[in-house]
Formats: sequence, C-alpha cells, structure tokens
Amino acid sequence: MLSRAAWSVVLRRGGLGTRGKHSLEDSGKTWTRKMPPYTNYHAQRSYPMPDEPFCTELNAEQRALKEKEKGSWTQLSHAEKVALYRLQFHETFAEMNRRSNEWKTVMGCVFFFFGFTGLLIWWQRVYMFPEKPITLTDEWRAKQLQRILDMKANPVQGLASRWDYEKKQWKK
Amino acid sequence: MVSSTLTKPQMRGLLARCLQFHIVGAFIVSLGVAALYKFGVAKPRKKVYADFYRNYDSMKNFEEMRKAGVFQSAK
Repeated sequence: MLSRAAWSVVLRRGGLGTRGKHSLEDSGKTWTRKMPPYTNYHAQRSYPMPDEPFCTELNAEQRALKEKEKGSWTQLSHAEKVALYRLQFHETFAEMNRRSNEWKTVMGCVFFFFGFTGLLIWWQRVYMFPEKPITLTDEWRAKQLQRILDMKANPVQGLASRWDYEKKQWKK
Repeated sequence: MVSSTLTKPQMRGLLARCLQFHIVGAFIVSLGVAALYKFGVAKPRKKVYADFYRNYDSMKNFEEMRKAGVFQSAK
C-alpha cells in the first residue's frame, strides 16, 4: 500500500522527475508522457519497433510538426527530424543497448544466497541429520577398499594400478 | 550542425562472410580436438594397455586373488 500511494503521486506529477521530461536542444520545451504500464510502448533490442509511438499526447507545436511530416521530408530541418524521432521513440539504439552494472548486483545476490544456503545446511547437519549408515563408517570403507584391491579392479589405468602390491602401499 | 560522413558499412554478403568464418572455424576446431584426443588420450592409453599385457601372467594373478580370499568357488 505504501508503493501504491507513491505510485499515484508519481503518476499525478507526470513522471519521475527529470526522467519524465525531455527537452529539445533549441526550443527548451518539455512534453508529458504516460508512464508504463499505461502506455503500450515497450521497445527492446529484439523488438525495436513497437506498435504505438512513444509520445501520444502532443501539444500544438508537436501536432504542427506531425502535419509537416506528412509533406516532403526534405523540407524538414535536422532539429525537426530529431524531434520527430524523439516523439516516436523513447531511446536511440545506442541508448537502448547501453551497458549497465546490473550483473554485479545479480552475481552478488546469487553468491549471497549460496552462502545463506550453506549456513542452513550446516545447521541441519549439526542438529538434524541422522547417524551415518554402517557402510559409510571408516572401518567398513577400509575393508571395502581392501577387497577392491584384492580383486585387482581396473589394474591397467585405474585404482589397482596405483597400488604397489609388493610394498603394500600406494605408488608414489 | 554538419556531421562528418561516416564510412559506408558493409551492405552485402554478410551471411556469406559469417558462414565462411564459422565453417572454417568449425573445421579447424573439430580437427584440432580430434588430433588432441588422438595424441593425448588414445595413443597413451593403447601404450599402457600394451605394456600391461606384454608380460602378464594370468595364472599368477589368479593365485594372488585366491590367496586374498575374494573367490567363493576356489578357496
């Protein structure tokens, strides 16, 4: 509910501070736009031409520019072309594809939760795990290994090839 | 506000260039991996097996195992 009150304040103000306003280089005018999710505009690298233009509420000057756009485009000045682009699209390709430092946050959170899970499992090992089965005790495992060596399991490249049968120890 | 003219980017043959790059690369990588495997894994392994079985006495091996007590049919 706190976020809903903040959200309605943001909407009434028409945008989040400077991100909601964008000024042209030569005319210093600002325009208002609707915030997501109230627009249909979403552009991404894989879908760069959304159905709706970025600015749908145009003031008089912008409507005049749109009328001029219906004529020959050679009559448009460079600033007008840029203004039309900014009406249609939120960001250029260069702006849209800019890098960010989000991966550091993501990796940090991943490692944090790895550590937290490790602590949980450590606690479980101390307080919750039952006794080891008899086959995992050290005596049983030693007898098991001796039997495997007696059977000469994998004598060419594997386990028995590392055991020195004369000296009864592992080969150096 | 005159911007300097940029060099015209490559307009044609993009797929062909990409394909050639990757076909050549795939050849080199696969042949390299095969050669590495043959000379790193297969050849040494064959040598080890040949050395093991050159002077192998199966009856002596059997006697050692029998004395160790792993058989049920030959004590």
